[in-house]
Amino acid sequence: MLRHLYVLILIKHIWSDVNMHSVNKHKKWWQKIIGDKMTLSGALSFFIMGLGQFRNRQIAKGLFFFGIQFIYVLFEIMTSSLVSEVIPGQPKAWGYGFFRKGLWGIYTLGESTGGRFRDNSTMLMIEGLIAIMLLLVYLFFWIYNIKDANNIHLRYLETGQRQTSKEFLDELFEKSFAYVIIGPALILLMLISIMPILFGLLIAFTNYDAYHLTPANLLDWVGFENFKKLFTYTRWKNTFIGVTLWTVSWATLATFTTFFGGLFLAIIVNNKYVAFKRFWRTILIIPWAIPGMISLLVFSNFFNQTYGPLNQMLGKSIPWLNEPMHARATLLIVNFWLGVPYFMMLMSGLLTSFDKTLYEAAKVDGATNTQIFWRITFPILFTQVLPLLVMSFAHNFNNFGAVFFLTNGGPRNINYEYAGHTDLLISWIYKMTVDFKMYNMASVMSFVIFLIIGTISVFNFSRTKAFKEEF
Amino acid sequence: MAVQLKRKPKESNKTYILRLLSIIAIYLILIILSVAVIYPVIWIVGSSFNEGTSLASSRAIPKNFTFDNYIRLFQKTKYKTWYLNTLKIAVVNMIASVFLSGTMGYVFARLKFAGKKFGLMSILILQMFPTFMGMVAIYVLFLNFGLLDKPLALVLIYAVGQIPYNTWLIKGYLNNVPKSLDEAAYVDGATKFQTFTKIILPIMSPILTFVAITQFMAPWFDFILPNYLISSDEKRTLAVGLYRLINGQQNNNFTMFAAGSVLVAAPITILYIFLQKFLVEGLTAGANKE
Repeated sequence: MLRHLYVLILIKHIWSDVNMHSVNKHKKWWQKIIGDKMTLSGALSFFIMGLGQFRNRQIAKGLFFFGIQFIYVLFEIMTSSLVSEVIPGQPKAWGYGFFRKGLWGIYTLGESTGGRFRDNSTMLMIEGLIAIMLLLVYLFFWIYNIKDANNIHLRYLETGQRQTSKEFLDELFEKSFAYVIIGPALILLMLISIMPILFGLLIAFTNYDAYHLTPANLLDWVGFENFKKLFTYTRWKNTFIGVTLWTVSWATLATFTTFFGGLFLAIIVNNKYVAFKRFWRTILIIPWAIPGMISLLVFSNFFNQTYGPLNQMLGKSIPWLNEPMHARATLLIVNFWLGVPYFMMLMSGLLTSFDKTLYEAAKVDGATNTQIFWRITFPILFTQVLPLLVMSFAHNFNNFGAVFFLTNGGPRNINYEYAGHTDLLISWIYKMTVDFKMYNMASVMSFVIFLIIGTISVFNFSRTKAFKEEF
Repeated sequence: MAVQLKRKPKESNKTYILRLLSIIAIYLILIILSVAVIYPVIWIVGSSFNEGTSLASSRAIPKNFTFDNYIRLFQKTKYKTWYLNTLKIAVVNMIASVFLSGTMGYVFARLKFAGKKFGLMSILILQMFPTFMGMVAIYVLFLNFGLLDKPLALVLIYAVGQIPYNTWLIKGYLNNVPKSLDEAAYVDGATKFQTFTKIILPIMSPILTFVAITQFMAPWFDFILPNYLISSDEKRTLAVGLYRLINGQQNNNFTMFAAGSVLVAAPITILYIFLQKFLVEGLTAGANKE
């Protein structure tokens, strides 16, 4: 009886022992963030970064963390009215430090409109975004500092050992080598890519349009009102649905036609009876080699109804670019001219990389050419080419150049809000932004485009080899 | 290469005729398509040598051959300045991109560090946003840093904007280079830096060249950003300048536009034709599923 009890107690000790050295995946979620258990070191580090490290007798590490906190606090103080010059009469918020002002700015989008001390809503938003990004970095370091304090102390309790400062610095150098190298690129990315995108997204929730331009006016947050407008006001709704339908049909047709066109050409040129293959290929590649913008501008004149050479040659006055359906057809034709060479090159490459033995086996089994093509060549080709097709679809969906340079979205559609008959979502956004300054509605549209194209692209990309190796 | 028009042994009349017909059909298609491809090109080149300025009088084979448009292009417009501006941007962009994306690609491919997966994922997502979504913010940012109307500031946007795509490209390429190469070098006593410069860098040169070429080409025909961020004629880029020749206030400079287009399109077209294989390989590298 007593022996059983003894075994039970032994098991309990071993069990808790095992738990003390728990493997990462048995940890609770908060343990992964602040360490296995909150200790006094962690609590000290909570208030002053590095203090817990000092208690753990890791001076260098403590100084490192303390330094970070010091820099941030110093920066905040230096940019506030405690140190910088205060101009009499300036609004109270102008005396805040960088971080406080940033948060205030993004929350209120500015409050004072009067003359000299006007708030500039867009600048406030940008500064606010930068402040938030910097604060997130601070948060990262702060949490890491607490976790480190806790874990080092716990390890000390178990093993009686601590990492020396030298060891820490060596480890830091090795670990942070990567961060140091990509540091500049990351900073630039944050400032020039991420911040503007976030800004664009936030604008969708404000009233920043042609009637509320900064800095003359202040902006306000309007919540989901722009989204509601898009889906409920008749003109907006009709424009949105119409343009989206055209964009989707255009993208599908454009991809479809150029793909099969390219495939057809690749097969033809590859035919064994064709002489001077390289000559034909080089000529047919020319549309791809010529810069797209130039070709499109040339074609916009080529198809000119009154003066263009095509109509002059035909002797008629076909409104290639002036009637809605004609314009759409012309767009597809020109895109065909531009896009087929690309697919022809791709398909040529793919076709020649096929395993010849497949064909030989099929011939031995008595298959006809048609059967060989549709049952062997096409299926293999299709699976290999699918990611490129999806990429092409996404590219055509956002094919600003084709529409802008050939038709400029025209001909005009009086039922549409700012859009023409051949406008894609993206060119509509461009018009709204640059020509009509309806920034908020343009943002809402960008949001929608991103959701559609983003999902497609991410899904497509996630099936590539480079991605699979990582995740 | 020989076209087999001779009858094959045991070939029936019907099959022979069908074969003949299909050969003729194929050649016909090729010829028609070649004409369709070449005619616009001949038309624009011819127009550039045409007398007069308007679209209406432009013929593919000009009545009076003249170099007038080319001369006027350099005298009446700031074509040379636009060309040089764009060239500057292209070269700097090429160097900056290779450096930025090359380092990012190498780090993500070869080193292990915390937050790597998160970083890769976010870079992927970043790619999905069209660049001009952030146009307004960039405008305000540039306005406050005094970067408006400065062509080189555009390089910032181009190089940084392409970091995600190029990083994945280079990373994918490097993933196919076995790590054992690095290790062999370490065993032989090379430092990390030496391995990088003497072994990895040469191996990376094809993909780096690809990035260099595409990033050199990109600014020449970018319209939206320079149009929005650069306003004075002296600092303008080629794309915007050319566009304004036929879409600006005076709409009657078609032949000059033709001359300008030929001047800029000819070298690029020839370059592309020579590099076609290389470029296509690089383009499909991103979607490699083998």
